[in-house]
This record gives sequence, structure tokens and C-alpha cells, in this order.
Amino acid sequence: MNGTTVRRLAADHYVWMLLALVCVFFALLSPHFLTAFNIGNVLTQSAFIGLLAIGMTLVILNGEIDLSVGATLALSAALAIGLQNSGWPTSAAIAAGLLAGTALGFINGAVVVASGMHSFVVTLGALIGIRGLVFVYTKGNALLVEDFTYADLLEVHVGPVSLTAIIFLGMLAFFQWLLSASRHGREAYAVGDNPEAARDAGVKVGRHKIINFTISGFLAALCGILLSIRLGTAEPQAGRIWELWTIIAVVLGGTRLQGGVGSLWKTLGGVLVLAVLQNGLRLLNTPNHVELIVMGVILMIALGIDRLMTLLRARERTA
Amino acid sequence: MSWKSGAAAGLRQGGLWVGFVLFMAIVAINAPAFLSPGNLLDVLRQVSITGTIALGVTFVVIAGRLDLSVGSGLTLLTIIIVDQHNHAGPAGAIALTLLAGLAIGAWNGLLVGFLRFNALIVTLAMLSVLQGLALWYSGGSNVSVSSPGWFAVFGRGTWLGIPVPVLLMLAGAALAAFLLRRTAFGRAVFAVGGNETAALFSGISPARTVFLAYLLSGFSTALGAIIMGSRVMGAQSTIGQGYELNVLAGIILGGTSLMGGAGSIWRTLWGVLMLGFIQNGLILMGFPFYAQWLVTWGVIIAAVWIDLAAKRGRMLA
Amino acid sequence: MTDLLMIRGVSKRFPGVQALTGVDFDLRPGEVHALMGENGAGKSTLMKILAGLQPADDGEILHRGEAIALRSPLEARERGILLIHQELSLSPELSAAENIYLGAWPTNGIGLLRKSELNRRAGEALKALGCDVGPRTRVGSLSIARKQMVEIARIHAFKANVVILDEPTASLTDAERDQLFATIRDLKARGVGIIYISHKMDEIFTITDRITVLRDGIVQGTLTTSETDADRVTQMMIGRKLDAFFSRAEERFGEEVLRVEGLGRRGDYHDVSFSVRQGEVLGLYGLIGAGRSEVVESLFGIRGPDRGKLWWQGRETAFPSPRQAIDMGLCLTPENRKEQGLVLGLGGRDNIVLPSLKAFSRLGIMRRSREQAVYLTYRDLLQIKTTGPATALRTLSGGNQQKFVLAKWLCRKPKLLILDEPTRGIDVGSKAAIHALIAKLAEEGLAVIVISSEMPEVLGVSHRILTMADGRLTGEFSGAAMTEENLIRAVAHHAA
Repeated sequence: MNGTTVRRLAADHYVWMLLALVCVFFALLSPHFLTAFNIGNVLTQSAFIGLLAIGMTLVILNGEIDLSVGATLALSAALAIGLQNSGWPTSAAIAAGLLAGTALGFINGAVVVASGMHSFVVTLGALIGIRGLVFVYTKGNALLVEDFTYADLLEVHVGPVSLTAIIFLGMLAFFQWLLSASRHGREAYAVGDNPEAARDAGVKVGRHKIINFTISGFLAALCGILLSIRLGTAEPQAGRIWELWTIIAVVLGGTRLQGGVGSLWKTLGGVLVLAVLQNGLRLLNTPNHVELIVMGVILMIALGIDRLMTLLRARERTA
Repeated sequence: MSWKSGAAAGLRQGGLWVGFVLFMAIVAINAPAFLSPGNLLDVLRQVSITGTIALGVTFVVIAGRLDLSVGSGLTLLTIIIVDQHNHAGPAGAIALTLLAGLAIGAWNGLLVGFLRFNALIVTLAMLSVLQGLALWYSGGSNVSVSSPGWFAVFGRGTWLGIPVPVLLMLAGAALAAFLLRRTAFGRAVFAVGGNETAALFSGISPARTVFLAYLLSGFSTALGAIIMGSRVMGAQSTIGQGYELNVLAGIILGGTSLMGGAGSIWRTLWGVLMLGFIQNGLILMGFPFYAQWLVTWGVIIAAVWIDLAAKRGRMLA
Repeated sequence: MTDLLMIRGVSKRFPGVQALTGVDFDLRPGEVHALMGENGAGKSTLMKILAGLQPADDGEILHRGEAIALRSPLEARERGILLIHQELSLSPELSAAENIYLGAWPTNGIGLLRKSELNRRAGEALKALGCDVGPRTRVGSLSIARKQMVEIARIHAFKANVVILDEPTASLTDAERDQLFATIRDLKARGVGIIYISHKMDEIFTITDRITVLRDGIVQGTLTTSETDADRVTQMMIGRKLDAFFSRAEERFGEEVLRVEGLGRRGDYHDVSFSVRQGEVLGLYGLIGAGRSEVVESLFGIRGPDRGKLWWQGRETAFPSPRQAIDMGLCLTPENRKEQGLVLGLGGRDNIVLPSLKAFSRLGIMRRSREQAVYLTYRDLLQIKTTGPATALRTLSGGNQQKFVLAKWLCRKPKLLILDEPTRGIDVGSKAAIHALIAKLAEEGLAVIVISSEMPEVLGVSHRILTMADGRLTGEFSGAAMTEENLIRAVAHHAA
């Protein structure tokens, strides 16, 4: 094992070292940090950004981006609560919320593929427009669930681990399995690394990307539904700039923005780093602004590491 | 494409014009007040902050980069100018704000230009950091100008019946257009955005050019903050929220490609103005304010799609 | 016995260039058929047509006696026609097996990869090559030679019957090359037809059965390898009297403009020393990848050398940045016109002044009348065909684009002009004009370095020629020693 290999391994797994670092840091500073209850808490908190991050990882693996996830989750949450308030059965309302998000994801993907526009522009438009849909539906007001048993849906725990966290980890495991075992998942890497070569080899690149955008929409919707259950309300501004946190988590996890490199396990690392930071800073009673600044700074550091990795990979290719 | 728009852009602008005129006509029939001079000036006044910030961001976009930090930047800088007005006086506050704006631009420019970090992520990170700094500076509460003096002129004054912020925006635009089209720096911006490698092989430093573009973006955000602070005479930590989206939407709508290498100041203003009229017209016709977001979505997708289709047509020809 | 592949009358035209004219070509089962020709002779176009990457304008292709029209590489692959790229097209994150079978992975009913089958099949394909790469290995961690083996394993994987090998040995060591030749012989024995493209004469005569030579898109003839020799092939590749096409500057050399000694850069080139004088045209000949462009890009400041010394006009100087180089009067027209030379979205006028923004401005403000004047001067001088100063260069032909690259530097009155592949991919008329221009400039006292992989061009315009191979200078020729044979020997038979 030579120096390059060591550096490569370090660069590939730095997110776990970062996670260990922040965990040790907060464990030393706060006696409440390393309790089963708090760890369960962190997992629950991480689930929401985490669900978005799964879809975002798939999309970024393809070399695209989805800025619309925050707005989509707000729409699904609003539909889930709004429809049951107007008499729909809970399950139908949830299904409608999931369907709406999935459909929006599909539309994003279809527009990207059909038009050849960069997904940044397409999903930036969607980010503005879907938020508009949320306001159209809610008229700008927070919707409160009338059926109080709705909130009980998630009140299931396995030890300290909440159902929300279990759903997230289940989804993560499922999609990581998809990435490593299915044809679609493996093709994600080929599409992101070299779309032309993939197309020449017979991979249906357009269809592939649409599927990933659709998955991203679905997961955003799922995130919105879980959020609405947990809070019992749907705020029209729910999920604002969550796309930012999501991208931060994915990039922290080492997924390359140009596509072709990344894994969901490492995205989990990125999600956990964010959740631990948030949780730890709150345990220490630091004001909200410190959180924002720390997150931004961590992201810029992650960018530096991302660049370093790109350089290493470039060297690996020419060596 | 730097001097005259090509045939494709003309076609696209033609299509957009027809749609826009149609929209204006529909609004004018339903709400006669729409085309009154008073309302037109109102629209101009409303877009002046977005328009001013978009001037600097246009340089960044033509250089092939992005700046999503201007919304939080506007928040922070407005808080600074309002608060400092009470301590350092109007002149000192303005100077401090401009300096802070330049510092933000310099930091973005350093990371994106010289260290070659991804522009999207750097400016997203800065969006977070600047929002945090704004909260920190304001302590989460409202700040306001205690004794407004001549500082009010930037946001509230008029000259020959025209609001001063509009004049500021137009003067800034004239200056920016001159900088972009007539100076060596402007040429470098087009070259770096159009083909960074070719620019490098022509002895132009892409790093320095991108750095300066971000500097301009920070500066124009500070100008926007001066207008905002003067108009509102107060600030809180959400005052600039969402401005980065409006600025980008305006630039995209004006026909400046996010791929870089093409675009113009006047097109940016035109895009921002169009968004302003859409928003105003929808509200005058009795639609809720959020209807504009849906329309913006549709207009952006349609405009860029037509643009791409037209370009492809030209490539085949 | 019917031929495996028959190409009849295939033509292909690109804007401004007739790439192929009525090409006939046959491939028999179990044959290795070399396709030779200089760069720009049309080899790569023919390959792309065969691999389904480009359609032919005219003519027909018969595969096993059946007329085919390939619309995609996929169709070609389904017929068993496989192109092994010079540039590798592998995804580094995927395993060797996944790369080999990309686009044709075995899956079960619900889209799950049958990994054990995939790995078993890929393992067999790799083993058939005698390659010790495990099918599960991540391709990103392999050396270039092994990556190439993974690519070649596709031949076995897809049971290809026609294989196109494009410069397959470019990055292989001798041992790896022998391994490859063993593989080729094995494929031959199985009745696979192989089209072998290479510049290296020794390889051609080691491994091939027949040789077809292309020149300017026209087949010059097909020879049986055992009945011919390198000289005959070389002659067919050149085919014309050099003097009729090229104008060499009169020899009136002045002072030394540039001298470098012991120039080196890890991984690119080693120990390069040479000098060039006023009025001299120095040719630098070598195959692509020999390190020529890297050397001149170092001189121009794009990638700094690790070692070496530089004298500029007799004075020892530090290696410049591009800006400093330009201001000194050392100018470079880069190898890749579209990626490095021009901003294609801008007009000709903007591109000409790009390296000289300072000279064309006062206090940073551009002087547009001067820009217009210089644009008109060079448009007329170089006879550039364009519709206006702001017409995006993307819409112009390669020849006219290249003239704008030249104008960019000529208007600065440089002292040393380095031309990297100045006529690649442009039409004959523009070529001749550029060659005449080189001669004229040299006679006016300009020092010129011309890099080219087209031998007639180097021989035609240069006073002196350096040859490069594998990052080293391998020979220096002038006067009567400047012959095709010497150059070929210097780059192909060098003792590395």
C-alpha cells in the first residue's frame, strides 16, 4: 500500500472521520450527547434531509441537480393534510401527496431530457413554481390537521429509534442495494461519468435520468408526508432552502458534482454529520446563527476536499 | 454575440415579445390602471433592487459562474447599513456597506476564481454563512434608522418625477453595459465564459476575471442594500430572502445563458422588468401574489426551451 | 470464400473537407488488415462509419454478404463489429466486468444484475486474453495498459467478428504489446477479421496480412504485407512531389531567438534541448502523444516544466506565464483550434484582439476603430471568408477559423511563432495559403516552430526538423537528410 493509496482511502472516507470528529467534540462538551435518547433523536432529525439526500445523490450521480425538493415536500405535506381535512381517508390523502411529488419529479426529468436544458435551470424554475402551487393550495396559510390520530402514525419506536428513522434507513438501504445490485443502479455511474460512451453502449440515458428525477420527487414527497405527520401541520414555507442542506449533505458525502462518483453510504455520513452538528449545537444552546455559519464553513471545507479528490482521480487516470 | 444578438436570439425575443405584449394587453383591458404612468413607475420602483443586484450577477453569469449568495448578502448588507446609519452616519454607513459588499464578492471570487471551487456550492454555502452573520449582527430582531436624514433619497426620493432608485438602477446599468461591452475587462469576461481554455491561451487570467466579476456582484448587492435600507428605513433577517432567485430568473428570462459567454446588461434589465410587470399585472387583475411564481416557472421553461431549439436549428443550418 | 466485410464506394463530406471519396475496402475472416495513412487521410472517418458513429454519405457496406446501414454503435455491436477506442471509454467507478458488458448486462426479470454470471463471463473473457485483472476490480484503480485490456476483453465478450483496433499499442510496454499480438493471433485463428490502425511500421509488418493505404480520403491501393516493404508503403502514403505543394522560405537566418536546454516535465517529456533563429522554420515531428505539444505549452507558460533553462534573444530568462510569453513576442497557435484557440461564440474581431486587449485599449476602454481596422487588415491579408466582424466563428469552416487564430498572433508582430498542427482538418486551399504564409513570415525574419504529424508538411516547410518520440528528442535532420525514411525511422524505430 503506497502513499497514493493511503491518501486515496483517506480522501474517500473522510466523511466518517469528520463524523467521528464532531461526535467526539460534542460528547466531550455535552453530557447529554451520548445518550441513547439523544442518538435516537439525531437519527430522527436526520431522516428528513436524509430522504431528500437519497434522491439528490441519484440525480447528482447522473451529473444533474434537483433544486425543487424543498418545494415539493411542502406541496406533498399540504396535500396530505389538506385533503384529509376535506374528507378524504388518511391513506388516500397520503397517496395523493406521494403521487403529486412523484409526478413533479417525473415532469422535471422529462423537461430536462426533452429540452436539453440544464437541470439547474429547469429545477430552479420548478423551485419557484412548485412553491407557488403550495400557496395556491394553502392560500398562504398553515394547514392544521383535524384528525389528531394522524400524528400517532409515526409513534412507533424500536428502542430509541423512531419509525421515521427506520423508514429513512430502510429507504437508504433499499436504494443503496439498488445502486449496487440493479442494472439501473449500476448504469447511474456510467451515465454520470461519460454519457456519450454510455449511450453508445446502449444505455438509455434519457429514460435513466427521468427515473432518477422521479425517484427524487417521490422521496421529497415522502419526506413531506413524514414531516406533516410529525408536526401535525403543513406550513406553506416548509422545506425552504432544504435543497441547500441536502446538497451540502451529498457533497460532504463525497459524491462528485460532475457525476459518476458517489455512494449512498457516504451520503448517510454526510447527512449524519449535518444532523450531529445541528443537534450538538442545540444541546450547547448556541444560537441559530452559529449553526448557519458553521454549516456554511463545513461545506466550503468539504468543497476543498472534493477538489482534492478530483485532482487525485485525475492523477490516477493519467498515471 | 457580444455586439448584436444573433438570428436565433432575435427569433426568441420576437416570440417572447409577442407573448409579453399579449399579456400586457390582457392586463390593460382587465385593469385599466395597469398602464397609467403612476403604476408604470411603481413597477420600475419595485424592480429597482432586483435590477441593481442583477447588474453585477450578470457579469458572473456571463463568465460562466453563478452567485446564489446575493439574497443573504442583501439581508446582511441592509442590516449593516441601517444599523450603521445610527452609529457612523449616512456617509460612513454607505462606505462600510460598499466595503462589506466588496469583501463578500472577494471571498466568493477567491474560492471560485483562484481556488476553482464549484460556484454553485460555494455561493450556496455563502448563502448560509451570510444569513447566519445577518442573524448574528441583528440579534434576530428588527433594526431601524432612528433619524432619517438625506439617506432617504436613495429609496424614496424622486427627481423630475422619476424615483431615485430607478435612476440609480439605470445609471448603474449604463455603467455596467459600458464596462461589459467597451472595456478590456468586459471582453475578458465574455472570453472566459465562452471558452476558458482559449482565454488562458490568449494570456487572459480566468482566475482574475472571475474574481473581478464576483467583486462586481458583491458591489451591486451593496448598492441594492443601500436602496433597500433607504426605502424601508429598517431591516430584519429575512429582508433579502429569495432575491437570489428573482435575480437569476430575471437574467435567465433576459436570455443570458447560464452556460456563460453570452448575454447583456440590457437583456438582464429587460428580463427583470418583464418579471416585474408580470407580478404587477397579476396582482392588479386580482390574483394572489403567489400566482406570479407559477407564471415565472412556465415563462422560464418556455423561454429557455425556445432559445435552445432555435440555437439547434441554427447549428443544423 | 466470401469476404467478412466489403466496403464499396463509401464517401463522406464534412463542411469544407471531402473526407472520403469512393473508398473500397475488404476484410476476410481471420485476416489482420492494416489501414494506413497520414493524419487527416480519412482513417478515423472510415472507422467511425464502420462503428456506427457516423453515417456515410454514399456507397454501401456489406457484412457477411448483407448490405447494412449502421445507425448506432449498438447496431454495429449487435452485428459483431467492435471498435476499440484509442481514447478509453470506461467508467472508473464500475468494475471491470461491468465495463466490459456495459449496455448488455445480464439481468433477471426485475432488473437486478446477475452478478455471478456477469463476473463469470467477464472472467472468462479476461482469461481468454491472458489478463490477470479480476472481473470485480474497480476500473479506476487499473493502469492504462490494463484498462485497455478490459476494453479489449469486449471482443471476447461480444463474440465480435470484425474488430477495429485504433493505435492499440500507443500506451503499452513491449511485453504488453507482445501479449496483445498473441491475442490478435488467437482471434485470427478463430476467424475474426481485424482492422489494424497504426503508424508503427514494425508492428504493421509483424502482425498484418494486408495493408490498405489511404491518402486524402482516397484508397491508394491494397498490398499483401509479405510482398511489400516499408518504403513502398511510405511512398504510397506520401505519394506526391513535395516541392510542388510547399513553399519553403529562403534561408536567411539571423540571431538566435530561443534556446532551451535540458527541458523536462515528469510524465510528459525529458531532456529536451534545441534552439531556433530568426528567419528559421524549425519542424517538430512526432506522433500524437510524443510530447510535442507538452513541450511548446511549457514554453508558452501553460504548464511549467520541472527542469531546464531558457534563453530568450540570447539572455537567460525565467519560464514565462502565458501573458509574459505573449508580451515577450513568443506566441503559440495551439493544437486544438476549437478548444484552445478560439472563443467560438464570439466574432472574428473579438477573437483577434483577445491576446492584445491592452494594446487595443486606453485606460481599459477598447478602441473600436482600431479593432475594426486590424480586423479588416487581416481579413484581407489572409483572405478570410466571413460575413462580418461579429459573426460567431462557430459558423465558419476550419480553414477560416484557423486563419483567425493566426491573425490573433500576427497582429502582435511576434518574434517567435509556434504553430501546433497549423493545418489539421482544413481544406487543401487553406493549407497551401498557410504554408505560403509561413514561408513569407520567415523571410521577414520571424522565427517559426511548426509542429505537425503530417510528414509532407513538416518536410515541405521546415529548414530543420527535430523528431520526438515517447517524450524525447530522437533525431535532428536538415538539408538532404530531411527525408521521409529518416523521419519514420527516427520516430518509429527509436531505441527507447
